[in-house]
Formats: sequence, C-alpha cells, structure tokens
Amino acid sequence: MLQAFDIIGPVMIGPSSSHTAGAVRIGKYARSILGTEPVKAHIRFSGSFAKTYKGHGTDKAVIAGILGMDTDDSRIRTSMEIAKQKGLDFEFQEEDIDGAHPNTAEITLTDANGKTAQVQGASIGGGNIIINKINGTEVSISGKSDTLVIPHQDVPGMIAVVTNILAEHDVNIHGFSLCRDHKGGTAVMTIEIDGDIDESLNDAILANPHIYASTILKAI
Amino acid sequence: MMFKYDSLADLVAAATEANEPLSKIVLREQAEVAETTEEALYETMKHSLDVMRVSVQEGLDPDKRSASGLTGGDAFKMMQAVQEGRNICGEIFGNALTKALAVSQTNACMGRIVAAPTAGSCGILPSAILTIAESRNISDHDLVMALFTASAVGMVIANNASIAGAEGGCQAECGAASAMAAAAIVELCGGTPAMSEHACAIALKNILGLVCDPVAGLVEIPCIKRNAAGVGNALVAAELALAGIESAIPADEVIIAMKKIGDAMSATLKETAEGGLAVTPTGKKLCEKVFGCCQ
Repeated sequence: MLQAFDIIGPVMIGPSSSHTAGAVRIGKYARSILGTEPVKAHIRFSGSFAKTYKGHGTDKAVIAGILGMDTDDSRIRTSMEIAKQKGLDFEFQEEDIDGAHPNTAEITLTDANGKTAQVQGASIGGGNIIINKINGTEVSISGKSDTLVIPHQDVPGMIAVVTNILAEHDVNIHGFSLCRDHKGGTAVMTIEIDGDIDESLNDAILANPHIYASTILKAI
Repeated sequence: MMFKYDSLADLVAAATEANEPLSKIVLREQAEVAETTEEALYETMKHSLDVMRVSVQEGLDPDKRSASGLTGGDAFKMMQAVQEGRNICGEIFGNALTKALAVSQTNACMGRIVAAPTAGSCGILPSAILTIAESRNISDHDLVMALFTASAVGMVIANNASIAGAEGGCQAECGAASAMAAAAIVELCGGTPAMSEHACAIALKNILGLVCDPVAGLVEIPCIKRNAAGVGNALVAAELALAGIESAIPADEVIIAMKKIGDAMSATLKETAEGGLAVTPTGKKLCEKVFGCCQ
C-alpha cells in the first residue's frame, strides 16, 4: 500500500532513488539483521546494479547503509573512507543472481565474533525496497513498518501460537509470509505490523520451545 | 474514508463532493491510514519543502560538477539569462527552467534532494511550485498542501502504471513528475480538483512514449535537461486546464495507456543504457570517458 511519502520522498542524497537511496536501505537492513557491529562486508551486485554501480554511487550507498546511515546523510559521499576508519573491511563482486530483480544486492556481514548475516534485497523504484532473502530463506519485507522475523521448527500450530500473542497485545498484522527448508525442518515467519512493537513481545514468543529466535526489525 | 488511489476520477469526485481541495482530503486520509495526526504528516512534508528549497540554491553554483564530470553549471547560465532579460518566454518560465536544472544538478552532484517521485525527475515538482509561489506570493502552508495533491497523482500513477524508468521509461519518471506538478500548480492557482485532473491528463499525454536512455547509465544526460522540459510541460498543462480546456481522454485512461506503452517499450530503452541516446557515437564516447570502457 503506497503512501504520500513513497511518492514525495525519500529525502535523499542523489543521484538515483533506486540505485542510491534504495541501496542505502538494503545495507541498513542487513546491518539490523546482523544486530551487531559488522567488521566485514561482502557485497554481490546483480543486474543493473552490477553494470552501473560506480556511476550511481551504489557502492558508497550500500556501505553507508551498512554503517547505519540514512538515505539523506551527506556522509554517504565519503562512506568508503569512513568504513576504513571504522575498521570495516568490504569487497564488491559483480555476479548475476538467477531470477533476481534487475536491481539486486546480496550482502553478507560478519561481526567481530564471527557471527554472519546474509541479506538479499531488491530496489524496486523511488527508493522503495523488498528484502527477498534472509540467511538463504525466502522472505518478503518492505521495511516500511516494524517486522518480526521468527525462525522456528516446522511443526503444527506455530502460526497460531505467535499470532495469538500478537492478538493479545492488540497488534494488527498487515503482512505475513512463511517459508521452510523442508518438512519438519526450519521455517521462518515474517510478520509486518502496524504501529510500534513492544520489545516485551519477544519474551512471550520465545517462551515456546519450538521457536529458535524472535527479532524485531524496526521500520527503516 | 479510505482511498485506494487507483483512480484519479474517484479522488476528484470525493473532493468535489466534499467541496474541498484534493490536498485536504488526501492529508486527512493519509493521517487516518498511518494512525497519526495531520499535523505530524504536515511537518514531514514541510521538511521536504525545506529540502527542496536548499536543493535549488545548491544547484545554482556555476562551478560545481557532477562526480562523473559530465555535467554542471547549466542552472547558473539559465539564471543569468533571466536576470539579464535575455530569455524569450518571460520570467516565470525562465525561473522554472532555472530551478528544475538546479535541483537536477544538485542530484547529479550527490547533493541532498527529495525524490519526487524519483531522483531522476526530482527537479520538476519543486521548480513548479516554488516558481509559482514566488510569482504569486503563495504561503508555505499552501505549498506543503500542494505537495499532498501531487503525491495523490503520483500514487495513482504508481498503482496503475509505474514511476520507475526501468519499468516504464522516462514517461514514468519525468512524465509522472510533470503530471504531479501540473495538478499541484492548478490547485495553487485556485483551479478546481477537476481542472487538476485535466492538467494531469494533458501533461502525461504530452510525454507518452518518452524513453529512458541515460548516457553511461548516469542520471545526467539527458535527465537534467528533461527535468527542464518536464516543468515546461507542467506549465503548459496547467495553463490549458486553468483556461478551462479539458482533456478528451480522462487522466485514468491516459495512465493505463502509459502503462501499456511502457510494457511495449524495448528493454534497451528502459534505463539499461543500451539504446537511444546512450548508444549514439557521442553517448558511447562520453561513457568511455567516465568508465574507461563501455559495453
């Protein structure tokens, strides 16, 4: 559902809403999924991103996002130097991803303890993005509202467990997707909600033994 | 009341029935949907207006060049021509061209702009409303409200067609921006919601089929000058609509036509830099100058 500020906005550093602002947002999302300070970033550009990233500053934009900057941060222009100062190692790879949207980036981040997070996202125009994959699992997240990401065991009743907790907290769901690797394996629920999520929801959700983790990704 | 933003005619009917400008009913609805106050949304939009103003000023610098080195300085030249009375179409038109070039150049220089609806077309809407504001002494409040009208037009276009050059060509970016600007100008000049709808239809009709063929894939050539053309087109459409001239084809149908034209357009003409101006001998030469080589 489009809103006025999807059209008049974002306020951003140029030159391209899809190749610069959208790229900042994908980088920022990858950072929030890692949840800690990254020390290493591997960025794979696919499609139009691979062909034109230098001219649009897509490389600077992704790094800026990984450093936590917003789309209108004037430091985007010098983000690569800032990354070096902060000890973030980064490398770019130009290699197409089969079946991916023309403006796709796959970002793999590693923190000082060796924890990694991999995020694949597409910039779909006007600075808007879709996160397609988190750690190899297919998702569909716009990043426009707060989102819960919940990996869990693929057993009956898990959707009901989580959505009941949300209902008890008077939280309205407006987007839901679920994917699993195989029957009985690991499944990942992504739930987009209206308004803010109270962090205490995580504790209630994590009380279920079949749930491996529960992460609240704030809207970006 | 909730809007689906899938028909400009429906929005105009709602505004006409409420005897209110488009901006007012859109702001009210957007606040309701976002579960926030009208004041909060107004303030966010006011911030965008402030950024638009600064982006005009920055782009007037005669010496600043884009990162690629391909463009810069044109807004200053246009401004000088207007100041010295050398331009042929009067002050308002000259000022509009100056501002559109300026914002677009700020964008190419990795400056701060407001995507409206995209960065590639970011000069058209600010130039339209700020130029009209100067010539008619319009308050910031009215300008902010006009941006909500423009956003409604953009939402309908995005929902029924596209605002991405990669999907619909330049008609989707500069075309959408031009239609949004035309509707906003009409509201600022006291026209009715129906006149805004006609202005939107006329602006889009005039730009149907325009391809997206950026040299070296950069948002510079021909994008910066197409922003100047886009605001010119918005002024044409608004002038006609305010004079009471109607579009024979309704805006909603023009938008669908734009979508079909975009679908029929070759991929080489949709932001891939593989057709049109991008593959002219000079286009290729400029690409080589920037990147050392070109596909």
